[in-house]
Amino acid sequence: MENRRKERIDRGIKVRTDGLYSLMGWQELSYLTLPRLLLIVGLLALPLIMPGMYWPRVITIVCIYALLALSFDFLAHFVGLVSLGGAFFIGTGGYISAILNTSFGMHPMLAVPIATVSGAIICTVLLLPCLPLRGVYFAIVTLMYPLVLARIIEALDILGGTDGILGIDSFPNAWVEQYFVIIVLLLFLFGARRLVNQDIGLVFRAVKDNDQAVRASGMNVNTYKAAAVFIASAMGCFGGACLVHIYMWGGISLFALDFSILPIAATVIGGGGTLVGPVLGCLILVPISELLREFGTLRIVFYSLILVGFVVFRSEGLMVYGERKYHQFERWVKV
Amino acid sequence: MSDQPILEIQELTKTFGGILALNRVSFQVNEGEILGIIGPNGSGKTTIVNCITGFIKATSGKVFFRGKNITGKAAHKIADMGVTRTFQIMRPYYSLPAYKNLIIPLFSPRAKRTGGWRGGGKLGDRNTVGIDILEEIGFERDSYVPYKMASTLPTGYLKRLELARCLALKPDIILCDEVFSGLSMSEIASMVPLIERLQMEGITLIMIEHRLRELFRVANRIMVLNFGEKLVEGSSDEVMANEKVKEAYFGSEDVEEVMSYA
Repeated sequence: MENRRKERIDRGIKVRTDGLYSLMGWQELSYLTLPRLLLIVGLLALPLIMPGMYWPRVITIVCIYALLALSFDFLAHFVGLVSLGGAFFIGTGGYISAILNTSFGMHPMLAVPIATVSGAIICTVLLLPCLPLRGVYFAIVTLMYPLVLARIIEALDILGGTDGILGIDSFPNAWVEQYFVIIVLLLFLFGARRLVNQDIGLVFRAVKDNDQAVRASGMNVNTYKAAAVFIASAMGCFGGACLVHIYMWGGISLFALDFSILPIAATVIGGGGTLVGPVLGCLILVPISELLREFGTLRIVFYSLILVGFVVFRSEGLMVYGERKYHQFERWVKV
Repeated sequence: MSDQPILEIQELTKTFGGILALNRVSFQVNEGEILGIIGPNGSGKTTIVNCITGFIKATSGKVFFRGKNITGKAAHKIADMGVTRTFQIMRPYYSLPAYKNLIIPLFSPRAKRTGGWRGGGKLGDRNTVGIDILEEIGFERDSYVPYKMASTLPTGYLKRLELARCLALKPDIILCDEVFSGLSMSEIASMVPLIERLQMEGITLIMIEHRLRELFRVANRIMVLNFGEKLVEGSSDEVMANEKVKEAYFGSEDVEEVMSYA
């Protein structure tokens, strides 16, 4: 019997567009820029294409989940910290923005940035104790905080208790709301992609690869972990802060575990370690979960089937698969 | 050169539960010399390196670097002072190319102050500095070895990469934890001149080795450990002539015969 093997070879244009040579001509330029443009233009056009009141709102929610998935992917695949803290970040950012708006009368466009930065600082400080530890501790602690905070708010009846904080101002209009979230998502996405290839980003990746060697290089591992957690929690806190102004309400459900779990599922579908993949994963998963709403509780079954299908048949994720098809061609060769 | 030893270890003791890994070990290292530490497996050689560089905390005892007490300091602070180490089991960043591995030490505060191995207090472009360091310690630039992923490099290059990581910090001392082990004879033969060159540049070295023949060629002084205790210290001839060493390290066999295998 004849043995055959699949051979993968980089496309010529891929090699030609490495480095400075990408400026050779319009073909090479467009090979590089078209996928990026497609994502940017696509995201920006979505609110214009979507009809009615309902779907544009879904797009905004997609973007918030995408921010969480991006923060998960950044921490897990570039710093080596597995975070289940989506709910923690959303809750912290959401409550801070809600308080700033209702108690201090701040405009949403001012309250959101302040809540992003201060929320990220609070999250980082609260997570500092478990940064020196390796293993599952970080995941457990990030999962624990939202549960604890929700119970504290419930039991002590502070910050609106179980009713939540009412009467929060919304964004000036629907366009501002949608484009604010989309543009910030794009900024975080391309910013994170650039960051992980800078020298400091290499240090982050080195912490994931081998933290002992980083210590032997005369650098404090915990400082870099804290910096990475700050960046990641800023993404989540921004999402949470926007969410309370979208719903004009903030309550315990901001600490719901959906915010921790769905981004991870989206990362599995989109492809971990690509940063763009999780965003695409959210673009698929969140609308599907909305579409399946008609089926009632049965939607969980469909949802699980889709997830299982991806894990079994495309465990590498859509983006890794897509990148490979884009950059390489395959052929069968005799062994 | 001052009379003060660059590194002074006083009564260093380390226990792991009930096991006494190091028992009141004291020694000095002088500026610019190469001290070899030998001893059978489990005699506490790597534990000494770990204790000095702060990777584990000593139970008792003190470590002085240029008269300054560095006992119990954090590992990254000790490395920042110029006391660097290599790992016996190599710890490269496997997901990065070899020259990008050096970006990390070159990003450290110490490298920014000193400018790397050759830098005179000013750090140039990190990629260039990294590739230069790699070329000087034996990565052939023309064959693109510095650009290969660390995960594809053979042991010989990874051992050199360990040294390169120390050199990027412009170290005062390098504690080499078995840089010769796992290398072929020809790789060791090319490593020995490198070690000699480092000494000529004024770097103090502590070398833990099982390859006695090569170690005796480069080391100025030898210290022998056995079961966490210092047996003897002196020149290689003195150490080899010592009856206690013969007994503990080589058993009852003839030293000359064992040496021919080493």
